[in-house]
Amino acid sequence: MNLNEITIKQAHDGLKAGAFTSVDLTEACLKQIKKRNKKINAFISIFETEALEEAKMADDMIKSGRQQALTGIPFAVKDAINTLDRRSTAGGKILDNYTSPYDATVIKNIREQGAVLIGKTNCDAFGHGASNEQSMYGPVLNPHNEKKVAGGSSGGSAAAVADHQCIFAIGEDTGGSIRQPASFCGVVGFRPSYGRNSRHGIMPMASSLDVVGPMTKTVEDTAVLMEVMAGQDDLDATTVGDKVPEYSKKLDSVNSKLKIGIPKEYFNVEGMDEEAKQIVENKIAELKKDYEVVEVSLPMTKYAIPVYYIVVPSEDSSNMGRLDGIRYGVRAKAKNLYDVYAKSRAQGFPEEVKRRIMIGTYALSAGYYDAYYKKAQKVRTLIIQDFEKVFETVDLLVTPTTPSPAFGLGEKKDDILAMYLADVFVSPAAVAGIPAISIPAGKTKSGLPVGLQIIGARLEEEKVLQLANQL
Amino acid sequence: MKLTPEQIEAIAQLARLDLTDKEKKMYAEQLSVVLDYIEMLDEVDTTGIEETCQVTGLEDVVREDVAHECDEETRQKLIAQFPDKMGNLLKVKAVFTDSEE
Repeated sequence: MNLNEITIKQAHDGLKAGAFTSVDLTEACLKQIKKRNKKINAFISIFETEALEEAKMADDMIKSGRQQALTGIPFAVKDAINTLDRRSTAGGKILDNYTSPYDATVIKNIREQGAVLIGKTNCDAFGHGASNEQSMYGPVLNPHNEKKVAGGSSGGSAAAVADHQCIFAIGEDTGGSIRQPASFCGVVGFRPSYGRNSRHGIMPMASSLDVVGPMTKTVEDTAVLMEVMAGQDDLDATTVGDKVPEYSKKLDSVNSKLKIGIPKEYFNVEGMDEEAKQIVENKIAELKKDYEVVEVSLPMTKYAIPVYYIVVPSEDSSNMGRLDGIRYGVRAKAKNLYDVYAKSRAQGFPEEVKRRIMIGTYALSAGYYDAYYKKAQKVRTLIIQDFEKVFETVDLLVTPTTPSPAFGLGEKKDDILAMYLADVFVSPAAVAGIPAISIPAGKTKSGLPVGLQIIGARLEEEKVLQLANQL
Repeated sequence: MKLTPEQIEAIAQLARLDLTDKEKKMYAEQLSVVLDYIEMLDEVDTTGIEETCQVTGLEDVVREDVAHECDEETRQKLIAQFPDKMGNLLKVKAVFTDSEE
């Protein structure tokens, strides 16, 4: 196995045993990136010199007995997340020339351990998209089939991990942006409960839904990362103070009496791919051997998308206001102040960002706030209650992550609604703020990965990770 | 809900987005499709239901009202990001009058 193909766990053990160095690991990943980036386009920025310097420092840390879980391990970060002294474009031209003056808290935690930041990954601009075709730096191709999308918005992170261009990556999920590309690219993507990981430094889209999370090759790796990322942060008032469990040590303590629910609404949507459905159902059949598996119902499921597409654009239109060409980023040539705003944003944002800003502006404008935003937040309560009710009778839910495997480049570009509806299985958990993971369940005959999603009750990350690890 | 290009123009003004006529037409059509779809929420009976503004249940998360100085290195990094500056000051277009470029 090539060095770039190993997991966090294998890297940690190998570095500890002196089988290879962080420089070796980093060089292996850089070699793969150089070979593949022109095609796959997973990376917007690659930090060859800096990464090798960080790797040397990590090797010193290891030699002097200061190795931690992530020391010396090369990783990538979605470009919509701030990384100190490194370029962060968020996939949009308005930040083409922006260098982060600080690390997001979760990134700081990871880099303090001596992990090696190898580059920033491509994404739908500012998280706006579900295919990585709304990046202003080109789409990301799926490493399993280069005519298909990698998914989005964390498409670059998913593809980079799947293609072994880094050992792990960090993504962000507002309505499926970690889980859906993980499903399309055949990697593990975890969205913990809202408030579990600090959002400080994560460029915000929808402040009441955004979550930052790991994208890895194995569930064990995700558990290791979560121990480093999770926790209360004074710089993010929406983080919960609950103690962070030792996720990686508790992975094998699955409760043998787990009750698993299969929500029927997730198995009969229009346009569902039969082959993908069968692959997920095969996994469920395996589960039936060890656990009690029952059919449940989540009648509010179909309302998650309309709720999402009011709440998110509304909060988003407010958050995107900071990108105005004034204090940072690219400022357009303009005759007056209004034009500085209007032209910088017109030139610096792709279509989907403009669409969502306008939907949000409309929904929040005078006369419409009650009909749209307030109504959506009420339906959101009902969606949360829907899940709470079901979790009274089962511990976890198992569903497909997406209705079909990766679609073709350009296939959904003109059908906005079709693109939105592709998130039908990943939106509900996001709207409710509960944890959900996507793990690889198998591949179709044509070689496309299919993801399986496990959803848990709020703050039950441990249970979710335990079952995911089993499968 | 059908939006006209004129309504898109009004929204774009509020959102500080410069749009071409072609774009206004395109977004009018696209937004109308999305807003039509969203009307599905009218089916849901929400009488007596409270809005969810945030899911954590946290309330009144406060800290001491103490100013924290920014370190000089970070301050310089922030200033380095200014698109236009004069010394350490951010330069912007006049707020109240049109000015020549």
